[in-house]
Amino acid sequence: MSELIFEQSQPNRSAPTQMPVDFLSDRAIDLPESSLRTTKPLLPEVSELQVVRHYTNLSKQLFSVDTHFYPLGSCTMKYNPHIMHQLASLPGFLNRHPLSSEEHGQGFLACLFELQEILKAVTGMAGVSLTPMAGAQGEFAGISMIRQYHQSRHDDGRTEIIVPDAAHGTNPASASMCGYTIKEIPTLESGDLDLDALKKAVGPQTAGIMLTNPSTLGVFERRIKEVAEIVHNAGGLLYYDGANLNAILGKVRPGDMNFDVMHINLHKTFGTPHGGGGPGAGPVAVNKRLLPFLPVPYVEKVDEDYRWVTDKTATQSIGQLSAFMGNAGILLRAYVYTRLLGAEGMTRVAEFACLNSNYMKKRFEQLGFKIDLPERRASHEFIISMKDQADAYHVTAMDYAKRLLDYGYHAPTVYFPLIVPECMLIEPTETETKETLDEFIDTMAKIKQEAMTNPELVQKAPHTTSLKRLDAVKAARELNLVYTPVV
Amino acid sequence: MPFIPHTEKDVHAMLESIGIRSINELFDEIPPELLIDQLPAIPKALNEMQIARLMKDRAKQDENTLCFIGAGAYEHHIPAAVWDIAGRVEYMTAYTPYQPEASQGELQLLYEYQTMMASLTGMDASNASLYDGASAVAEAILMAIRSNRQCQSKRVVIPTTLNPLYRKAIQAIVSKQSVELIEIPFDEKTGRITVEAIDKIVNQEFAALVIPQPNFFGLLGDVDALTDWAHQRQALAIAVVNPMTLALLKEPGLWGEKGADIACGEAQPFGIPLSSGGPYLGFLCCKNEYIRQMPGRIVGQTTDADGKIGYILTLQAREQHIRRSKATSNICSNQGLMAVAATIYLSLLGPKGLKRVAAASHQKTMLLAEKATKLKGVEVLFHGHYFHEIVLQLPQPAEPIIQEMACYQIAPGLALGEFYPGMDNALLVCCTETKTEEDINKYIECLKQALKNKAIKK
Amino acid sequence: MSNIPSNLRYTKTHEWVRKENDGSFTIGITDHAQSLLGDIVFVDAPKVGNDYAAGKECCVIESVKAASDIYMPMAGKVKAVNDKITTAPNLVNADPYNEGWLFKFDATSAADFEQLLDAAAYTAVEQADTH
Repeated sequence: MSELIFEQSQPNRSAPTQMPVDFLSDRAIDLPESSLRTTKPLLPEVSELQVVRHYTNLSKQLFSVDTHFYPLGSCTMKYNPHIMHQLASLPGFLNRHPLSSEEHGQGFLACLFELQEILKAVTGMAGVSLTPMAGAQGEFAGISMIRQYHQSRHDDGRTEIIVPDAAHGTNPASASMCGYTIKEIPTLESGDLDLDALKKAVGPQTAGIMLTNPSTLGVFERRIKEVAEIVHNAGGLLYYDGANLNAILGKVRPGDMNFDVMHINLHKTFGTPHGGGGPGAGPVAVNKRLLPFLPVPYVEKVDEDYRWVTDKTATQSIGQLSAFMGNAGILLRAYVYTRLLGAEGMTRVAEFACLNSNYMKKRFEQLGFKIDLPERRASHEFIISMKDQADAYHVTAMDYAKRLLDYGYHAPTVYFPLIVPECMLIEPTETETKETLDEFIDTMAKIKQEAMTNPELVQKAPHTTSLKRLDAVKAARELNLVYTPVV
Repeated sequence: MPFIPHTEKDVHAMLESIGIRSINELFDEIPPELLIDQLPAIPKALNEMQIARLMKDRAKQDENTLCFIGAGAYEHHIPAAVWDIAGRVEYMTAYTPYQPEASQGELQLLYEYQTMMASLTGMDASNASLYDGASAVAEAILMAIRSNRQCQSKRVVIPTTLNPLYRKAIQAIVSKQSVELIEIPFDEKTGRITVEAIDKIVNQEFAALVIPQPNFFGLLGDVDALTDWAHQRQALAIAVVNPMTLALLKEPGLWGEKGADIACGEAQPFGIPLSSGGPYLGFLCCKNEYIRQMPGRIVGQTTDADGKIGYILTLQAREQHIRRSKATSNICSNQGLMAVAATIYLSLLGPKGLKRVAAASHQKTMLLAEKATKLKGVEVLFHGHYFHEIVLQLPQPAEPIIQEMACYQIAPGLALGEFYPGMDNALLVCCTETKTEEDINKYIECLKQALKNKAIKK
Repeated sequence: MSNIPSNLRYTKTHEWVRKENDGSFTIGITDHAQSLLGDIVFVDAPKVGNDYAAGKECCVIESVKAASDIYMPMAGKVKAVNDKITTAPNLVNADPYNEGWLFKFDATSAADFEQLLDAAAYTAVEQADTH
């Protein structure tokens, strides 16, 4: 592993060109002694070149979409067009203070307004607010709106949110942050929701249900209209987790499936970069009855002018979720992406994401991998279970994941969804070529051979990365979260 | 087709493998009445050159003026190397480092980030970032309530000198869990809260006290006394700080006798552009005993199978993908890329550079105030020590002055009347190291003119 | 096959309970439970003096990949917690029935102990769980 930047530090070394030059050294710092710092913070004292070399070299120890095939299920690691970054970084956008006047932001506001309109069209919803800073915050905003809706009707007995057992962990966590208790319902062997269980679960205590469709199992919830009817008849609302919107873009709209509210992960469906874990963006869309509760601020167009709508006029809004207006720079990138795609391009996203996924699924099946829900049509992702191989050769899904790194692939998602044992969730995305998919499939077949003939090779992988397998137990038992210099 | 590489031959071969005749068959499990043929109201695709032209025209409309607004977003110089490196495709297009062997670069960098933030705040630990400053304070409040096992109540004391935009976001985020926020008004003369004042208002048990330093008006408060007061009442002390100022100001870990328990806020000043409000960088640091209540990703050091040092996401059992409804937070992503930029920024500046940026920002703000108060009728509103923001009391409402000064391409600050009733004449002004003495002189000149213009029109 | 001592009582949720000579009870997790969880990295033990109803969550055990709630097998008040496992949580893996005990409690009604599963009944629970 590389030396830490702190270990390269030498007292009194610095990068002088980064210091303010017209520092008013003759002026005293007029602050009370008791409020001042007396210790030197642990920041490195290094040259500019040292910094540049260190962090450039670190970047090389990192798999990314631009460098590797990255079929991480549920995360949609597709190509992020470079032009998005370049255009979002134009000085007019980059140097604008969030509290500067609307007059000095008409170009920016126009982009946001049009993005709102585009998202309305693709979701079939009546209103959009772009402010949530991530999918999880979008979920929080959505469930908050459901809560506010029931409260506005003095329907106070609704304390439960229903969540399928296959749901993303964020769903129950978001509902819990909104003060709801969670009722989990099972999924049938067929991959569909257990409607009998749902019918038993709903009642006057039901505030709503959170659903991902296609589900995290990578199949479409076929009886979605019945689900909506059951929940609506019980007085609850339907939340659509837009994590898998890319699988149905331009094919089906959540609004048409009778969902009331949803979020959209712009970094999944609309190609914004994942940045090593963020920033993302999680705009929310609602149907008519939830319009008054949208989080502020959002943009309206009055004649030819774009204006912020704030809590001054949107008095029933659930409020604002960030200091300003969310991850503006990500929104601009997503806007650029939507314009590059256009209506037809968006439909192609779903078509080719599903084509790649179903193709891979079929090929894996032919190679003898155990497919979860083989009789179903896969959506943009599918699951293979390594349970048989784990039992037979003691080679687990995690071992496969690590061995893939040796072959230059980022691993698919492993051990999610939690309800399928030893699973790998594979999402190729629409931007990968058939050749890449074929090579990946061949590699998996090769690892399968290795697992049978030389299991240790797979169990001890990776062998070619800068480090061997890391000890997660040690990291958790002997917590070391910050560097302490050796004195 | 944008970004889709398939040739007709590919499509044909793939369909054949699957055993279907058309792509549309892939959607045959969807009830047919739900399927749509096309997306209305979406414009036709543009190519790269066309979208570039469109965006350049729009960005031009927003070309900025000389900006003296702060209020939670600060314009500092950003070294060229920061985004040249943070913008590298490896950092930009990776995901959360779930496979540590394939992500050591990101993980080591985040470990360095955690070290720098913990040291700046004087805390034992830091997480790997949160969304922004406002949501970080909200998470800190929820964390304090979970951590404070002495206290049964969900009450938290918040001064109105905390950024009012933060207070709005906090309200929206924590109120759903029946957290009660007790707002403490500030002293009208000093613009601060004192122990004596809170002591009179707060007579019930509470879980935590939020202490902003500097406060929204740019003023330094008696954080030692406030921290001790909270601790005497078995409450946690949450420091909300601008980490840039910590190059000069006492770290929260050393406030009072025992130090604050949690430090959080906005690290946007570390190499992150204003960018209309985001993406920014929320940070959250704490003392050892509260680590397990911390939300968000955390990186820890460990060793590999050969005993070599490496880094890995740790304490994941707190998180939503494992704990689901019982997780510390629903947070899944972080602001990884922003943490990359901040780490590179802090490395380039070092302890000396950061101190000079903080000092220059402070001194320039003082210089601006000194010059502004020479204008007739302009005063500093509160008596006290300001850091790099200051409240000027104008002889007339601030909002029209702001509009007037916009004509001179100057954004002179934030009018406080919108957030604090009765403070219509108050203008919150911020100066950072980016402003030259000429900039300040221009500001004063235009302010003088604007005051005159508006006075005449009256 | 995991170790299921015959002198203990059990719950369906894989806790064991031992009656002590002083009339108090000790609780831990079974060998089967520890092996399912894998390497335990943290135990969030309850506070001494806390009261819990039967079936209430009273403790959390974390491994790297999972977090598991411990349910109070019978109503009672926490009397002492095993301090050793906060610094050495691996004891729960290594010796779940002795060194790896979680906490001691005074039962509201000592007779509740008799209602818990005996070793034979728990063996059946465990077998159902693994198949």
